[in-house]
Amino acid sequence: MSAIDDTRPLSASGNLRRRRAVDRTMRSIATGAAIFAVAILVIVIYSIAQRGASQLSIGFLTKNPTTTLNGTGGGIKNAIIGSGLIVALATVIALPLGVLIAIYLTEFSTARLAAPIRLALDLLNGLPSIVIGVFVFGLIVLSSGETGFAGSFALSIIMLPLIARNTAESLSLVPKDLRDASHALGISRWRTTVGIVIPSALSGILTSAVLAIARAAGETAPLLLTTSLFNPNATSINIFGTSLPNIPLDIFNLSESGGAANTAAAWGAALVLMAFILIGSLSARAMLARSRRMMSR
Amino acid sequence: MDESRSETDAERAAPLITPLAIGEQEAVSIETRDVVFDLRDIDVYYGSALALEGVTLEIYKNVITAMIGPSGCGKSTFVRSLNRMNDSIPGFRLTGQALYHGNDIYASSVDPVEVRRRIGMVFQKPNPFPKSIYDNVAWAPRILGMKEGLDERVEKALRGAALWDEVKDRLKRSALGLSGGQQQRLCIARSIAIEPDVLLLDEPASALDPIATALIEDLMQELKRDYTLVIVTHNMQQAARVAERTAFFSLDVSDGKRTGVLVEYDDTAKLFTRPSDKRTEDYVTGRFG
Repeated sequence: MSAIDDTRPLSASGNLRRRRAVDRTMRSIATGAAIFAVAILVIVIYSIAQRGASQLSIGFLTKNPTTTLNGTGGGIKNAIIGSGLIVALATVIALPLGVLIAIYLTEFSTARLAAPIRLALDLLNGLPSIVIGVFVFGLIVLSSGETGFAGSFALSIIMLPLIARNTAESLSLVPKDLRDASHALGISRWRTTVGIVIPSALSGILTSAVLAIARAAGETAPLLLTTSLFNPNATSINIFGTSLPNIPLDIFNLSESGGAANTAAAWGAALVLMAFILIGSLSARAMLARSRRMMSR
Repeated sequence: MDESRSETDAERAAPLITPLAIGEQEAVSIETRDVVFDLRDIDVYYGSALALEGVTLEIYKNVITAMIGPSGCGKSTFVRSLNRMNDSIPGFRLTGQALYHGNDIYASSVDPVEVRRRIGMVFQKPNPFPKSIYDNVAWAPRILGMKEGLDERVEKALRGAALWDEVKDRLKRSALGLSGGQQQRLCIARSIAIEPDVLLLDEPASALDPIATALIEDLMQELKRDYTLVIVTHNMQQAARVAERTAFFSLDVSDGKRTGVLVEYDDTAKLFTRPSDKRTEDYVTGRFG
């Protein structure tokens, strides 16, 4: 039996009105914060796109920088090629290793052995990229000089934990009963992994590769220490012999050089890099969502 | 006095298990049948917990042997132990003598992959590979080196699983497009394509509708001519319909520990109509389960 009359109309009573106001205020603040996060992304993308769009032309992508100081009409062709080669070599190093590590974690190790390996991968993932750059500088550059390969090596260290973790997650999504079915046919563990598990997880593995590539393509600090002394006007593909021009360092150098044309070129290069990463990330996530849908039949 | 009472009980139980079904299974004259599995005093541990205790039985060639019993009494654990599928479960340990054609399948020199090559398994939930129907059946033989006559081998396996007519025009289509019953028959075809000796079936029809179930049961009668079949089923009537020998497992609950035990193992007809153990009688007459 309550002290107040229960047949009253059901509008807010007691301190419910104040609690409702507090609730509404907090929800507005949380919503505002979420909108703010999206707004930041939109502002960044818009301002780069707006400033760099004027530079975008076929010429910009296919010509080398001009040889005159602050001259116009040049492009970032050599940086695009250089970045492409450096990231490609980094992928060749990191992808097979990352996939093998993931296979070991999900198929062959016990929980106790896997835990320290996962921890090591997490810690490696958290290392500042400049630290990795200094490490590779000391390991390779001091003795052999700056090369595109040193840059690739540094990027592969950054890519490795990403590929290993995401591939391990894709592999663990493959249902256990598929492995059971294969074992019950007298097929060994390794053959089961190669013939059944990996094909089933393939789009997840490719997705993790694309995400890792998107991350590596934008890393500047390691490249600063390993492949920054190059001839900015020439195209070079000698990745093992010399430094290669690359987009992140181009952005850095161009914006520091001063002059309207150089600054405009820097914005253009930033737009190219951002577009590449955005397209890569979005398509990777779309592929992953599709493969997750197909896996959970 | 007791004996006549149990006979009346069994007669009362008869409507549960149609007399016709039992009559169809001829009693197995075990003196003339080859022994495929000779299991003595098998104990199964998961870590320190004893899951199965003191199981002793023999499984005969070209005979369908059914394992029945309430949930959680260790029938699946037992059958999975027959082809070393439990190896991947952490803490699994088996003691006792498990002989397959006279060879100890748990000896240290034994390769479990070779064991499973000869003793195949079909699971409760159909698990075809995400490949085409043809590749599902052909994949394992190819790896095991049976590369010649692959087309004929696939056709023979699919015919043996009573699936050929339904899929012969769409062998290259994905196996995931088949119905549940067809997928399970595909899994059976996949298993017999490598010409095993024994086929273990862990509740093969429990995920299927009654029509598909009837097809699988008829199929088992055909398969037993070439293979030795061991099936786990929680459906007593299915055991009565298909199996010549039946083993009844139950749970022994003492000191707060639950351990699976083999209660009785006999010709199906005898187990269902004149069980020797009271626990068997209680189970088959539906007093518990």
